[in-house]
Amino acid sequence: MSTAVAEVPVESRIHYLNADYGVKSWLFTTDHKRIALLYLGSITLMFFIGGAAAVMMRLHLIEPAGALVQPETYNKLFTMHGVVMVFFFLVPSIPATLGNFLVPMMIGARDLAFPRLNVLSWYVYITGAAFTLYALISGGVDTGWTFYTPLSSHYLNTHVIATALGVFITGFSSILTGLNFIVTIHKMRAPGMTWKRMPLFLWSMYATSIIFVLGTPVIAIALFLLGLERLFHVGIFDPAIGGDPILFQHLFWFYSHPAVYIMILPGMGVVSELVTCFSRKKPFGYIFIAYSSLAIAMISFFVWGHHMFVSGQSVYAGFIFSALSFAVAIPSAIKVFNWTATLYKGSISYQAPMLYALGFIGLFTMGGLTGLFLASLATDVHLHDTYFVIAHFHYIMVGGAVMAYLGGIHFWWPKITGRLYHDGWARFAALVIFVGFNLTFFPQYMLGYLGMPRRYAVYPAEFQVLNVMSSAGASILGVGYLIPFIYLLWSIRYGPIAGANPWGAKGLEWETPSPPPTDNFEEPPIAAEEPYGYAEPEHAHV
Amino acid sequence: MSEQTPSVGTYILVFMALLVLAALTTGIAYVNLGPFNTVIALAIAVVKMSLVGLFFMHLWYSPGLNRIVVLAGFFWLALMVSFTLADVFTRSWINPPGP
Amino acid sequence: MSESAASGPLALPPRESALSASPALHHQFEDIEQQHDAGNFGIWVFLATEMLFFGGVFTGYIIYRSLYYSGFAAGSHGLEIDLGAAMMFVLLASSFTMAMAVHAAREGKHRPLIGFLSVTIILGVAFLGMKFTEYFHKWQEHMVPGLNFHPALESLRGAPEHTVELFMCFYFFMTGLHALHMIIGIGLLTVMAILAWRGKIPRENYNRVEFSGLYWHFVDIIWIYLFPLLYLIGGRYK
Repeated sequence: MSTAVAEVPVESRIHYLNADYGVKSWLFTTDHKRIALLYLGSITLMFFIGGAAAVMMRLHLIEPAGALVQPETYNKLFTMHGVVMVFFFLVPSIPATLGNFLVPMMIGARDLAFPRLNVLSWYVYITGAAFTLYALISGGVDTGWTFYTPLSSHYLNTHVIATALGVFITGFSSILTGLNFIVTIHKMRAPGMTWKRMPLFLWSMYATSIIFVLGTPVIAIALFLLGLERLFHVGIFDPAIGGDPILFQHLFWFYSHPAVYIMILPGMGVVSELVTCFSRKKPFGYIFIAYSSLAIAMISFFVWGHHMFVSGQSVYAGFIFSALSFAVAIPSAIKVFNWTATLYKGSISYQAPMLYALGFIGLFTMGGLTGLFLASLATDVHLHDTYFVIAHFHYIMVGGAVMAYLGGIHFWWPKITGRLYHDGWARFAALVIFVGFNLTFFPQYMLGYLGMPRRYAVYPAEFQVLNVMSSAGASILGVGYLIPFIYLLWSIRYGPIAGANPWGAKGLEWETPSPPPTDNFEEPPIAAEEPYGYAEPEHAHV
Repeated sequence: MSEQTPSVGTYILVFMALLVLAALTTGIAYVNLGPFNTVIALAIAVVKMSLVGLFFMHLWYSPGLNRIVVLAGFFWLALMVSFTLADVFTRSWINPPGP
Repeated sequence: MSESAASGPLALPPRESALSASPALHHQFEDIEQQHDAGNFGIWVFLATEMLFFGGVFTGYIIYRSLYYSGFAAGSHGLEIDLGAAMMFVLLASSFTMAMAVHAAREGKHRPLIGFLSVTIILGVAFLGMKFTEYFHKWQEHMVPGLNFHPALESLRGAPEHTVELFMCFYFFMTGLHALHMIIGIGLLTVMAILAWRGKIPRENYNRVEFSGLYWHFVDIIWIYLFPLLYLIGGRYK
């Protein structure tokens, strides 16, 4: 495989990175690979900003009376952490970077269906980020990332509109990306590539795009109405005028619950690719994994009320949402079983991407199972708005999505840059992240169970030990995230040349040089084989 | 490009039909039909939408995938409205236990 | 690659295949057929997002109309049904002329294309003129929530004042959002007309006009629902 492509030294071959030079060639590019890198830079910046807020929060919480900031400032920290991490890091992370880079390549196309819409989506993202950063610099917003009314519409004097506008604008970036992926996957598959010959990563991108396209407009409207209410002092959500504050929550969560699946589905797609490559096995139950992505996308829209069990929502509606929330766990469980079965009797190797994938499987499962406690009406009454919820979603978002994101970045890094990074450091960093993560968030399950509320700047003294453990973990986690930043950047200049397929993986993206030419393939590819055509493990050789 | 599209004659017929329906909607508002005023007005709106969609927007002649997209939009809209209404209308059915 | 275009039931006539090298074909597509197909599908996906976008406001409308029917009926009664109906007719006519414009583009007939686009634009501007006249009347009647809402007692028709104010909120939000989309549509069609004037809408690649048409018809459909939902609540027989 890898010998079929001539190993021309990177410097003398034209590829997408050296095809053109200069700032203009990057800022006005329509090449999906360059756009992916533009996104990569932007979301990494936003990740460190959101992370900085988290660092300050964890430092503050070392002491029961608060160690660092005023309560009002603490409110702004957790709000900005949530807004930045959710809307500006997690939602675009895998789709806008790995998705943009890989969707055309895995499908055998030269680019996405609408390259100019693609670069427009990045401009829109940057504009939204600018509004939000402006709000941050001008003093921040303290409504919580959920912007609940009437607090956000009537009772606060902070920069609600600027932040809401930033999120509103960035939503259109997601919509454009999702639209692009849906059209590309439907209309531009290479000859021979039927739906069932697509890599599982593409199925997960497609499912994610459905949520992008159908969910994001609704939060746009929710924020739009919130802005109008604030500006004109009218009251759609104001009880004094007969409005219903829960209506805002319905409109908000109609998107924001599926949004959490936007954040995890791409990670699941990455894990499917990593587990198969590093077990040298085709996925167990390919069609189940593929369809479960679609099922998750669909059912995710039926469950949003489980965020509102104690809001004043009808108990009967609560029954329905609770039952459906149990249903949405099933396709996720199917995936976990299938990944595990793929590992069974596979020829497993433990390079860094695989460590991230294995971490994902364990941590996502824990996070997912704890979601069931929250989906049960009776237990949720006690756990709602406690640290149990925070631990639950961080297990999925950080232990799941971020680890999958890092695993994907490490897996496709050789393809993107043409260089190999130092695998020893990468494995070390993965372990540091794993340890730091668990030390940060496992105590939070206990804190929540014991009754510590979330979004509080102070807490009772008996919770201090667990809080200090969590903060210690956070510092380890922070170091863990810095290490890849260093060696990955270092590898761009000094890493060994990667070659077309350093992992011996299956997939159209590995059949083209690293870094790829601007049009992705030297010859238009034909998908002649079934996907994941790994040899049986007994005969496998790397 | 290679799909069939309606003839000018079809467009004119559809336009006439739309005008008639719009006049009908307005006229019926002046007649007391009780709750049926709303039902009929919405039914006429659905017909007008279908005419515009199928003929002016060529959905009748388009690949089935486009129709699926439209149906998906309606389905998701129905989902949002029905579940939200289910909450609003059943809130008074049970009072949660008080202090 | 172009084999698929040259055979089968959707075969293009021979001269079209020469266009696989023409500037009208974007490099990521294999042939003009795929490009048109993808663009068409893309616009429909975009319209589905717009359905959900307007859908959020419609959801709020449905809830509050159910809860405060008398206030909504009173507010609706205060709207000018003549203007509303006139706007309905104007938009339907503009959809007709838009469909004719797309038809002309498909036939490669430039003058009718520019003509129909211009009429559509004029009808759109007429719509906006009527809409802003209506807004001005509401301002004069002190019916604008948040700015000068002091309704005359008889206009409340017995309903609680805050419910009528809620109706007016929805009236302005929904028609305002619609008007914003109309403005964008008029801008889009103006660009199309200018491109057509410059001869940049050839018969072989009239996609842009067709897709603008789809957007325009969608905005018309929104008004098809807004008219009965806002102007005709409770009928006009009382």
